[in-house]
Amino acid sequence: MTAIVAGGPPAGVPAAGPLLDVTDLTMFFPISQGIVFERHVGDVRAVEGVSLSIRRGETLGLVGESGCGKSTAGRTIIRLYRPTAGRIVFDGVDITRLEGEPLRLTRRRMQMIFQDPYASLNPRMTAGGIVGEPLDIHEIGTRQERRERVHELLSIVGLDPEYGARYPHEFSGGQRQRIGVARALAVHPDLIVADEPISALDVSIQAQIINLLERLQAQFGLTYLFIAHDLSVVRHISDRIAVMYLGRIVEVAPSRELNERPLHPYTVALLSAVPVPDPAVEARRRRIILRGDVPSPVNPPAGCRFHTRCWLRERLGNPEECVTVEPPLRPLAGGHEVACHFAEKVDGSSEQVQAIGTRRGVGQADGRQAAGAGAAAAVPPVPPTSPPA
Amino acid sequence: MDQRSSLTPPPALEEIEAAVGSTDYEVSLVSLNQWQLAWRRFKRHRLAVFGSILFLTICAIAVIGPFIIPFDFYTIPEPLKFCVGSTVLRAASGCPPSINHILGTTGGLQRDLLTLVVNGARLSLTIGIGASATAAILGTIVGGVAGYFGGWLDNILMRIVDVMLSLPLLFVILVVAKFLGGGNWFVVMLVFAVFGWQGIARLVRSLFLSLRSEVFVDAARAVGVNDRRIIFRHILPNAVSPIIVAMTLSVASVIVGEAFVSFLGFGVDITQPTWGNILSNSLSFIPLGNWWWPLFPGLAIVFTVLGINFMGDGLRDALDPRSRD
Repeated sequence: MTAIVAGGPPAGVPAAGPLLDVTDLTMFFPISQGIVFERHVGDVRAVEGVSLSIRRGETLGLVGESGCGKSTAGRTIIRLYRPTAGRIVFDGVDITRLEGEPLRLTRRRMQMIFQDPYASLNPRMTAGGIVGEPLDIHEIGTRQERRERVHELLSIVGLDPEYGARYPHEFSGGQRQRIGVARALAVHPDLIVADEPISALDVSIQAQIINLLERLQAQFGLTYLFIAHDLSVVRHISDRIAVMYLGRIVEVAPSRELNERPLHPYTVALLSAVPVPDPAVEARRRRIILRGDVPSPVNPPAGCRFHTRCWLRERLGNPEECVTVEPPLRPLAGGHEVACHFAEKVDGSSEQVQAIGTRRGVGQADGRQAAGAGAAAAVPPVPPTSPPA
Repeated sequence: MDQRSSLTPPPALEEIEAAVGSTDYEVSLVSLNQWQLAWRRFKRHRLAVFGSILFLTICAIAVIGPFIIPFDFYTIPEPLKFCVGSTVLRAASGCPPSINHILGTTGGLQRDLLTLVVNGARLSLTIGIGASATAAILGTIVGGVAGYFGGWLDNILMRIVDVMLSLPLLFVILVVAKFLGGGNWFVVMLVFAVFGWQGIARLVRSLFLSLRSEVFVDAARAVGVNDRRIIFRHILPNAVSPIIVAMTLSVASVIVGEAFVSFLGFGVDITQPTWGNILSNSLSFIPLGNWWWPLFPGLAIVFTVLGINFMGDGLRDALDPRSRD
C-alpha cells in the first residue's frame, strides 16, 4: 500500500521513507476452555489485516468506537503484544518478531503514552524515578547526568523539577499525564504512540495536553500515532486519519479531506455525531444514528463487517455484495482510501456532514500555531452550502 | 514596579513565625511516601496501636526478661515440704502466687512459673515469627513465579499447593515433628514453615496475576524494562502490604499451633520451654487444685495472639492503598 501524506512534515525533518510501515497486521487473542487440558475454542479477532504507514514528523490519527481494536493495534505496533500475523517495519527494520535485546534497543526509539494517567504510573515510585527509569535501564549517561535530564524532562512538560521527589498520588490527572509524557520523551524516541492520552482527563486539561503534544512534536520532530475515539480531537491534531471498525481500517484520508468528504458510511455516521459549535447549524443538521451494537469480534459478520448496521446498504436496497464480499481498502481521488463497495454512492457533501469544518480547513499552515484554547470548542464551522434559513 | 517598591517589604519568615506561632504551613510542602502515609493511618487506629504495644512488650520481655527475673531457668530449687507461710499447702503440688513467686510455682520440681513463662516466650515467639517469615518467603517465591510466568509452571505449582492443602495438616505435623525432631525447636519451626506457605503462595499468585496486567507494568515493559526489574521494582512493592498482613496474622496461628503440638507432647520437649509444653506438663496437677500453672502460660498465648491480631487488622487498614489519609 502506498502512503499518502497530507500535511508536510515540520521544518528541519528530512522527508524520507515512512518511519513506520505496517502491513496486514493481525492480532488474535485466543479463548480457551478447560482447567487442566485447555482447549482452544476461538479467538478474539481484535485487529485483522491492518495496514498503515506513517511518515517522519507526521501525525496519524486512529479513530473508532470502544472495542474496535485501535488500542490493540497501537500496543501491537510497539510490540507489547506478539502479533499473530503481518509485518511491522520501523525505520526500515522489520521488528515483527524481534525479542530480547534487539527489541529492548528498538524500544528506545518508540514510546507510548497511556490512556489512564492514574493506572499508568507505579504508585510506589516517585515521579523522578518513573521519568528516570528509561534512562536507568538503557544506561544513558552518568548518575548525575540522568538526574539533570530528569529535571530537564520535568520542566519540558511543564512540571516543577522539585516535584520529582513526589509520588503519583500527590498529582492531579493532568500533571500525571505530563509525567507520562516525560517518561515517553526520556529516551529521545522517534515515534510516540499516544493511546487516548486525553480521554481520561478533564475537558479543561485536555487542551493543555494536546498543546503540549503539539509543542513537543515541533520541538523534537516527533512522529505520532494518535489513538482516540473522539473525532473532533483527532482532526485537530492529525495530518491524516485512519478510521477503524471491528478490527479493520475502513477509511484513510488526509484530515481535511476526511472531514469534508467522508466516503465510508461509517465515517459519515461518526462525523455526524460530532456536535457543531453553532446553534443554527446544530438545530438544522440531521444526525445518523447507528442502530444495534458493534458485533462480537469473536465472530465478526461475513462480507463487509459494517453491513449489519450500514445505513447506506439499507438505502441501496440491501445489495448481496455487502454480505458476501469483504471490501478491500481501495485508493480513490484526493488521497482517499476506502473499504466500501459503494463508496461512490456516498456523497459526503450532501449528507449531514457539510456543516462540519476542521481547524485545518481554515488553512493548512496556521493549523499548528493556532492550537489554541480547546480542540472542539475552537473549531470554526465552514459555511453551509445551503443558505441559512 | 514603582508602586510595588514603595510598599513596605514583605515580612521576613521570622516575623511570620512570630505572628503565627509556628511554621505549621511548611508541613504541607513535605512529601510523604506510601509508608509514611500508612504509618499516619496506623497511628490513628487505636486498637492496632494497643495491640502492637502489647505484642512489642511481650517481645521485649522475651528478650530481656530472663536477665532480670531472680531465678535461673537451669537451676532447680531445693524442694520444700510446705509452701512458704503455710502449714497446709503441700509444695509438691505447687504453690499459689505469692511475693516470692508472683505467678506461683509448678508442682513436682517446684519451679518458679514466672521463670518458665518468660523463658517460654523466647521459643514460642521465635518459632512463631521464624516459621511465618520463612513461610512468607517461600510462599512469595512460589506464588510470584506461578503468577508472573503462568502457563504450565503455574499449573504444576498450584497443584502442589492443592495437594499440600488437602493433607490433614495436624496429623502430618504431629508425625513429621515426632519423627524428625525428637523435640528440637528448630525442627518444629521448619515443619510449620514447610506446611505454612501454601496460603501465602495462593495470595501472592493472585496479586501477581492482577498486578501483571496493570497498565504501569505495560508501561514499564514498553520502556524496555526486563522481567527481573518488573518483578522486583514494579510488582513486588505493590504486593508487599498484603503479604505483610498475612504474615503477621500467621505468626498468631503458628504460636497457637506450636502450643497445641507441644501440648500433645509431639513438639518441643521440656528442656526447651515453650508455652505449649509448660501447659502440657501442668495437666496432671490440675486435679490437685493447681490452677495457676495452666492459667499463666495460657494467658501469655491469649495476649500475644490478641496483640498480633489487632496489629494485623490495623496494618490491613493502614496499608490498603484505597484508603486515603
